[in-house]
Amino acid sequence: MADKKIFAGGEFLITDVAPDDVFTPEDFTDEHKMIYETGSDFVEKEIAPVIDKLEEKDPDLVLELLGKAGELGLLGTDIQEENGGLGLDKVSTTIVAEVMGPAGSFSVVYSAHTGIGTLPIVYFGNEEQKAKYLPKLASGEWCGAYCLTESGSGSDALNARTKAVLSEDGKYYILNGEKMFITNAGWASSFIVYAKVDGEDFTGFIVEKDFPGVSTGKEETKMGVHGSSTRPVVLEDAKIPVENVLFEIGKGHKIAFNILNIGRWKLGASCVGGCKGCVAEAVKYANGRTQFKVPISSFGMIKTKLTDMAVRTYMSESMMYRLAGMFDDKLALLDAEAKKSGAENAKAIEEYAAECSISKVYGSETLDFCVDEYVQILGGYGFCAEYPAERYYRDSRINRIWEGTNEINRMLVPGTMMKRAMQGRLNLLQAAQAVAGDLMTYSPLSVELPDTPLALQEHIIKMSKKLALMVAGVTAQKFGANLAREQEVLAKIADIVIEIFAMESGLLRTLKIISKDGEEKAKYQIAAVKVYVDEMIPRIESWAKQIVSYVEEGDMLRTQLAGVKKLARYQPIDAVTLKREIADRIIDLESYPF
Amino acid sequence: MNIIVCLKQVPDTETQIKVASDSKSIVTDDVKWVMNPYDEFGVEEALRLKEKFGGEVTVVGLGPKRVTESIRTALAMGADKGILISDDALEGSDSLAVAKALAAAIKELEYDLIFTGQRGVDDDLGIVGAACAELLGIPQMSIIVKVEVAEDGKTVKVTRPVEGENLVIESSLPALITTQKGLNEPRYASLPGIMKAKKKPLEEKTLSDLGLDAAGFGEGGRKMKIVELTPPPARAAGKIVEGETPQEKAAELAKLLHDEAKVI
Ligand SMILES: Cc1cc2nc3c(=O)[nH]c(=O)nc-3n(C[C@H](O)[C@H](O)[C@H](O)COP(=O)(O)OP(=O)(O)OC[C@H]3O[C@@H](n4cnc5c(N)ncnc54)[C@H](O)[C@@H]3O)c2cc1C
Ligand SMILES: Cc1cc2nc3c(=O)[nH]c(=O)nc-3n(C[C@H](O)[C@H](O)[C@H](O)COP(=O)(O)OP(=O)(O)OC[C@H]3O[C@@H](n4cnc5c(N)ncnc54)[C@H](O)[C@@H]3O)c2cc1C
Repeated sequence: MADKKIFAGGEFLITDVAPDDVFTPEDFTDEHKMIYETGSDFVEKEIAPVIDKLEEKDPDLVLELLGKAGELGLLGTDIQEENGGLGLDKVSTTIVAEVMGPAGSFSVVYSAHTGIGTLPIVYFGNEEQKAKYLPKLASGEWCGAYCLTESGSGSDALNARTKAVLSEDGKYYILNGEKMFITNAGWASSFIVYAKVDGEDFTGFIVEKDFPGVSTGKEETKMGVHGSSTRPVVLEDAKIPVENVLFEIGKGHKIAFNILNIGRWKLGASCVGGCKGCVAEAVKYANGRTQFKVPISSFGMIKTKLTDMAVRTYMSESMMYRLAGMFDDKLALLDAEAKKSGAENAKAIEEYAAECSISKVYGSETLDFCVDEYVQILGGYGFCAEYPAERYYRDSRINRIWEGTNEINRMLVPGTMMKRAMQGRLNLLQAAQAVAGDLMTYSPLSVELPDTPLALQEHIIKMSKKLALMVAGVTAQKFGANLAREQEVLAKIADIVIEIFAMESGLLRTLKIISKDGEEKAKYQIAAVKVYVDEMIPRIESWAKQIVSYVEEGDMLRTQLAGVKKLARYQPIDAVTLKREIADRIIDLESYPF
Repeated sequence: MNIIVCLKQVPDTETQIKVASDSKSIVTDDVKWVMNPYDEFGVEEALRLKEKFGGEVTVVGLGPKRVTESIRTALAMGADKGILISDDALEGSDSLAVAKALAAAIKELEYDLIFTGQRGVDDDLGIVGAACAELLGIPQMSIIVKVEVAEDGKTVKVTRPVEGENLVIESSLPALITTQKGLNEPRYASLPGIMKAKKKPLEEKTLSDLGLDAAGFGEGGRKMKIVELTPPPARAAGKIVEGETPQEKAAELAKLLHDEAKVI
């Protein structure tokens, strides 16, 4: 893969992407596979047996398991070698995040610790801070936490009230304020805390639990992830040495936003692991449960559920590893000097901010879909705590709320892309104009598709991109600078873009498998892409129509609707038969089939 | 102390095994291949002895190229070197032929102890360890749950469970030990170990590299032929004994045990 193309953030929407341009799980190296095995073994042997006990929030148990994970190197994939980590690629990080997905509340402890609790220091700490804190975080001797949210500022995170004032002797910052909903607060030793210096400059601080004036409040009573600790962190004249200012005064937002980007994609990866767990557990139950004298897995509606869960998981999995590969390709371009600079690394990752938001929304909503069907397949037993489905269902829900709510992330998808267009980093406007021109001459009736397995799907995904550009174009033209107020429309544009990225990730991965192993070996993946595209194209068409119906009127509306119809022209396939085939495969393997 | 661990790759015990249409082999399409669990005990025991006595642990595997993945796992756990005996002519070999190839590779190495699994979880034959020891002319102790090497590193004392009692055997070295569940709790391949394994030597050898004649191997060289593979019979549905009173139920049960199950 010498000539892998490096894409700009959001560029997938305006260019054709080739199968060889994307990373897929089929590209795993031997090391990746072994990391996958070690992580899965760890969850199976160390976490699964105590999964119910973990719900009791016993700090000793949590810290013991964190220490074991540290011993195996599972906490150090992103930490540089000189600071006690392994400095591995982002694919490895994605693998560990995925395998931790089914680990219930431990996966929350793990994600918060290795992500928001550790990465601010990895990327923005100075050498002394890294040497002091990272080895302890890598080994799991210390657990990390991250304090951004306050009662008055959640989504509007930069609007924090916590204040920092330099002490008279110039040696400390005195912090006052209260942070809300802090994961790991009950057992963390270090906290990344954001406060405004003199009430103005938003700044990050590394705060140790034993610094004077630092305490935690009462545990929240939550709907799910009961085994994670969530508490307020109280700062009352807390004395933070000036050496513990993270990065620069007034640059806290840089840390916060960059860490969120990474967190969003890792959350997506973790959700994939959860989804795979749902499919495997649900099909085992469905094969074992007899009603009307047959296993319920023989019923068409149960088959549909199993297939839909697995197919969406396939798209989600393809997306997360594609994105991990994009990071690795981009990071590989940094020169030796830049590679060492955390801020440069974060900047390279920031390139794909829109894709990170897409992953967060798609990953969390796919998991929510899967847990819901998982409960349904178990019937009454899915509703009762004796079976894990009930916990899965409750635990999943938080993923649509934290790391930026899915509403905030939906706004960020078109928002980030439009901003890039304004900065001249993404040729969105030219591409939209080209579509308007193409539309005059394009006739779906004269399209001749090659005789390849997924030619129709390739074609219609290409057309969907044009459709997205068309509706985004008319919307931007109409509302100009006031676009941000049009959330209803922007959310639909986001949905179209998200589905395009999902469909395309699954498509490219499948094409890659076909070219490597042949059509027969890729049979079920081909079916997955076909049924998914078949389901999404009508939805995309409908969203597009809703958008133009709001934006345009009269003759213009008629022209635009005709354009939508043309681009979305697609003859449905027999998805029922294909879904049955996929379901039979799942039922036969009793696991996630791809 | 130099230790050799023989490694076989087998289908994961979670894999659903299906008999192929020839009734003599299994369908391998969906098989996930893993290190034979008994060989994991061998790797772990070898590493513990190495930690105590020093020396090197060499893993010797046999089979197609995919076996390198399992050898790498052993290297990631901490073994020092790997050897893969791989040759198209080996395809279809029986246990004795496998033992011959392993013994030929091992002969070229320096060793004090050899571990093999007491059996592979695939064929459950349990022949390779014994045959290998015989071919090398060294003592063999099978189905071992405890290994104690004397401080001077010259002898070994092992424990073998027999009918609820323990048989303790002492032997000179070099010797071959076949491992049983309970010997130890194998470690994970840690992530640092995995990255280190990438740089450890893994040599590949063909039959001719080992000075062996391909004629004695493969299907043609089999002394033991597989006649037929059949899946275990499907378990019949359970039966609930009917009856108004306990006495009636007991009578019915006795009748069923006598007439149908024919156990009384
Ligand atoms: C279990 C748990 C653990 C957490 N862990 C941490 C942690 O470790 N560290 C940390 O800093 N925070 C943490 N949080 C906080 C979490 O990140 C916030 O809850 C989240 O950012 C949402 O903020 P909020 O709850 O104040 O909701 P609000 O911001 O009040 O949002 C309420 C609703 O309004 C919507 N909304 C808000 N603004 C807009 C807008 N501009 N456009 C459209 N809709 C909008 C939201 O999408 C949401 O639906 C945690 C929360 C929970 C529940
Ligand atoms: C909190 C609670 C309270 C309850 N209260 C009562 C009560 O007061 N009295 C009472 O009698 N019962 C009660 N129930 C039982 C409830 O009515 C059953 O759980 C429900 O009928 C489903 O049956 P099941 O759980 O055995 O699921 P199953 O019948 O095993 O169904 C499992 C899955 O298979 C699907 N399925 C089953 N058959 C078919 C088919 N032919 N075709 C397609 N799909 C199929 C189902 O839709 C479901 O998705 C209660 C259950 C709960 C959880």
